[in-house]
Amino acid sequence: MNNKKIYLDHAATTSVDKDVLQRMFPWFSENYGNPSSIYSLGSKSKKVIEDSRDVVAKILNCKSSEIYFTSCGTESDNWALKGIAYANQKKGKHIITSNIEHHAILHTLKYLEKQGFSITYIPVEKNGIIDPIKVKNAIKKDTIMISIMYANNEIGTIQPIGEIGLIAKEFDIIFHTDAVQAMGSIPIDVQSLNIDLLSMSAHKFYGPKGVGVLYIKRGVKIDNLLHGGGQEKTRRAATENIANIVGLATALEKASKNLKKYNKHVSKLRDLTVKLVMEKIPETIINGDIKNRLSNNINFSFRYIEGEGLLLFLDMSNIYASSGSACTSGSLDPSHVLLATGLSAERAHGSLRLTFGWDNSIEDVYIVVNELEVIVKKLRELSPLYDK
Amino acid sequence: MYTDKVMDHFANPRNVGELKEYSGVGEVGNPSCGDIMRIYLKIEDDIIKNVSFKTFGCGAAIATSSIATELIKNKHVDEALELTNKAVIEALDGLPPTKIHCSVLAEEAVKEAIADYKRKQGIDMETNTQCDNCCRD
Repeated sequence: MNNKKIYLDHAATTSVDKDVLQRMFPWFSENYGNPSSIYSLGSKSKKVIEDSRDVVAKILNCKSSEIYFTSCGTESDNWALKGIAYANQKKGKHIITSNIEHHAILHTLKYLEKQGFSITYIPVEKNGIIDPIKVKNAIKKDTIMISIMYANNEIGTIQPIGEIGLIAKEFDIIFHTDAVQAMGSIPIDVQSLNIDLLSMSAHKFYGPKGVGVLYIKRGVKIDNLLHGGGQEKTRRAATENIANIVGLATALEKASKNLKKYNKHVSKLRDLTVKLVMEKIPETIINGDIKNRLSNNINFSFRYIEGEGLLLFLDMSNIYASSGSACTSGSLDPSHVLLATGLSAERAHGSLRLTFGWDNSIEDVYIVVNELEVIVKKLRELSPLYDK
Repeated sequence: MYTDKVMDHFANPRNVGELKEYSGVGEVGNPSCGDIMRIYLKIEDDIIKNVSFKTFGCGAAIATSSIATELIKNKHVDEALELTNKAVIEALDGLPPTKIHCSVLAEEAVKEAIADYKRKQGIDMETNTQCDNCCRD
């Protein structure tokens, strides 16, 4: 059994980068001033927040005044959807999205449906990618917003954001993208992609948990989600989380600088894993388009077995991964993303997501594939479906 | 998440496999729910002399099947019929709330296997082979 800790769940979260952590430290107990205070301790905090805003704006190719710091990706998504819906409801109450969005989008839209908004959920193609024509065809007179994720968190598929952005622009509809999973892997230029709003979260790219960004294009009408003090140009009340904001900006800057190196590193490990697994484990399929996907993501379905058992055995071998199986999510239904690609519930239950990161090596890949081979065989021998 | 007992029965399941010669077999659940249990019984003079199982399902499903086979081995069929999901949970030192249906499935699989044995003897017995507690709608 393997004794080395192998973390293969970087899509769930990443560790905080050591440089990032160092840059965060002074903002806890040394420079703790409230950015809204007028004395120098406060203005020091104010300055570092504005510097951080500049860093993020430069990377997204927008103005600093269009960057708003939030508490997480979920808040950014909630703010974007509810804020746009309520501020523009006189124009219309129709919103277009996809059926593979993160729950932060889907559950927020379910809430808006209860408030009288109507939502069209565009079904993805079998490869997990949205056909932009279907988005265009779903547009009605009263469509006020299109919200499509940049890259899927489970199967890693990258959506045609540029094409959808053009469609949104042509019809003068506000376009939001949940880029939580894409940030740190894909270079994103909000202007050339015609993105009006974009959500991101720092802990997906080696920043801290509890901080995110919502990019809001100048001129877009949006209601506040949080009401209170005058922070973030009166649009998002609450005392700023200075250390986390510094952490987000530092992590994003580092990720952008090392984008090519990162993608090369993780795709090499991912591709080797795919090759070895497909060679060694029969009756395995890959979920999601194999080319148009995040460089660190692979999602398999092993026939005849259930994902939770797989994760438990992997955990015993110190390998940390995730599954779209219902049993692992606390719900009784398997992953909505896998079902949306046309996968049967049985196959969705037997899925395994591996997402690589900086801390993984070629050696890890060989260990993991060997363990997987043994575990899948063991679970199949237990399975009454296997002998049929 | 799981007790040591559950983890033990999941990682080292008892009585795994098929019986070549069996007196009764019962299968419950369905793959779309993510759980299928099949239990084989070898019965002599109404005593369960041998038992085995095969399960497609989560860690709890495997553990409840495994412990259920232990609980009914060498028991009279009438006694085995009295096996409840509660007894299965207790024998495992507890199950998380979302996994209670796995214990129900184990109870039903045992009952279905005994019903199969009884049917072969010309006795009809009502059973439930669909996992009512596991799938929504």
